[in-house]
Amino acid sequence: MNDAVSIAAAIQEGRLSAVEVAQTALKRIAERQELNCFTAITDDSALQDAQQIDDAIASGNNPGSLAGVPFAVKNLYDVAGITTLAGAKINAENPPASQDATAVAKLKQAGAVLVGTLNMDEYAYGFVTENAHYGATHNPHDFNRVAGGSSGGSAAAVAANLIPFTLGTDTNGSIRVPAAFCGIFGLKPTYGRLSRAGVALFSSSLDHVGSFARSVRDIATVFDVLQGYDDRDPVCTQRLPELCLSQLNSGIENLRIAIAGDYFTKGAEPEAIAAVQQVAQALDVTNYITIPEAHRARAAAFIITSCEGANLHMEKLRSRPQDFDFATRDRFLAGALIPSHWYIQAQRFRRWFRDRVREIFQSVDIILAPTTPCFAPLIGQKTMILDGKEILIRPHLGLFTQPLSFIGLPVLSVPIYRPGSLPLGVQLIAAPYNEALILRVANVLETKGIISTHTS
Amino acid sequence: MEKTFDVAQYVDCTALILDLEINPEYRESVIANFEKIQAIAQLVNEFLLPEIEASPTFEP
Repeated sequence: MNDAVSIAAAIQEGRLSAVEVAQTALKRIAERQELNCFTAITDDSALQDAQQIDDAIASGNNPGSLAGVPFAVKNLYDVAGITTLAGAKINAENPPASQDATAVAKLKQAGAVLVGTLNMDEYAYGFVTENAHYGATHNPHDFNRVAGGSSGGSAAAVAANLIPFTLGTDTNGSIRVPAAFCGIFGLKPTYGRLSRAGVALFSSSLDHVGSFARSVRDIATVFDVLQGYDDRDPVCTQRLPELCLSQLNSGIENLRIAIAGDYFTKGAEPEAIAAVQQVAQALDVTNYITIPEAHRARAAAFIITSCEGANLHMEKLRSRPQDFDFATRDRFLAGALIPSHWYIQAQRFRRWFRDRVREIFQSVDIILAPTTPCFAPLIGQKTMILDGKEILIRPHLGLFTQPLSFIGLPVLSVPIYRPGSLPLGVQLIAAPYNEALILRVANVLETKGIISTHTS
Repeated sequence: MEKTFDVAQYVDCTALILDLEINPEYRESVIANFEKIQAIAQLVNEFLLPEIEASPTFEP
């Protein structure tokens, strides 16, 4: 397996050099430019950093659990020396970031080697990564289809086997949707569990950072490296880290698992529901639970995102609306006009909904739900037919992800393949701070061969 | 006489008080987007909440 854990082991044992690994990654990135995953490639610093890893190993030092593993980050993470684009033409005028985002710094401290920054929807406001300024990112499994968004470059780079892991962000589904469309793992941890310091915000009430990878142990390793309190992020938890990698093989005996019913079984193509069934069957799960008022949770997430996003970009909406991506501009402008009552009501509903879901987790440990209602749409496709009705695709892609990130639950999207078909994802959902349980279930599914990543 | 809500008028007035000039080229699309928001907000606003405070995170 050419995942991050195996690469780090090979480098630490001297079977591979970090410089060789970085060169190979840079070569692959150059060969697959047509996918349009990257917005900056940091060749020079990557090779320098890799050389330092090799020097450390030669001196008998341990550079960390990700020694020499190449990675990249969505371009709304600060990287010292690079301008943080946040997918926007406007931000290209900003000076380069003066320091790395906390998450980037932690990964580098663990020995990982940054090779570049990745394409996204402007200001993270989208599910498709069809960016008017920087182009669309293509799905490695079908060049004519979207990679998903808003962390599309992050997902496609891992699915195309350019690098073993990347970072993205998720406000309404922006890690889970592209992970599903690209057939890889995407973890959106508990709200506030990982530091967002140095990451451009979109909607602070709902913004999360997280990772993409091709194996469960990589997701666990990266998550463990990223945990820890950070006073630079006002919502970062003061809880002590709980390392998950060492718990992967603890099994799932006695875990109570259920399928999300009602809302989470409607408005989807049959294949999306079948993917959940496939996972449920492998885990011998047949019972359903109901998450009440999920449709209102999605609506409230939409209102909060619209208000907070517009507020964040108000100055530029006033002074240079013509420089926004047309796909985000009019939504931001409309969001700026929302009455405060609607926003506060959505925030109050958030607490009510959180309390109801907490009650559900008294009797269940893990909930299964589809990640997206459909396969990756074609680039440029606006509508689709579902249940005989024509609907707008873009807003529909977050149908099953939005109600969950709304209350900050940890969710892993796991990849499901059927021969001859595009990938889909299934969400493994747990109560807050129970990432370890999710990863234990994912590990069982991976071992059984139910979930696996395919690179293209 | 029953008063009806005019979305276009609301968009124009609210934009004015926010000092947010909306280019005539975008106006129609902004109005359409606000109509969408209004329909979505209705799902939240029509729900009868008990006495409940939003979760504040502010620490003085």
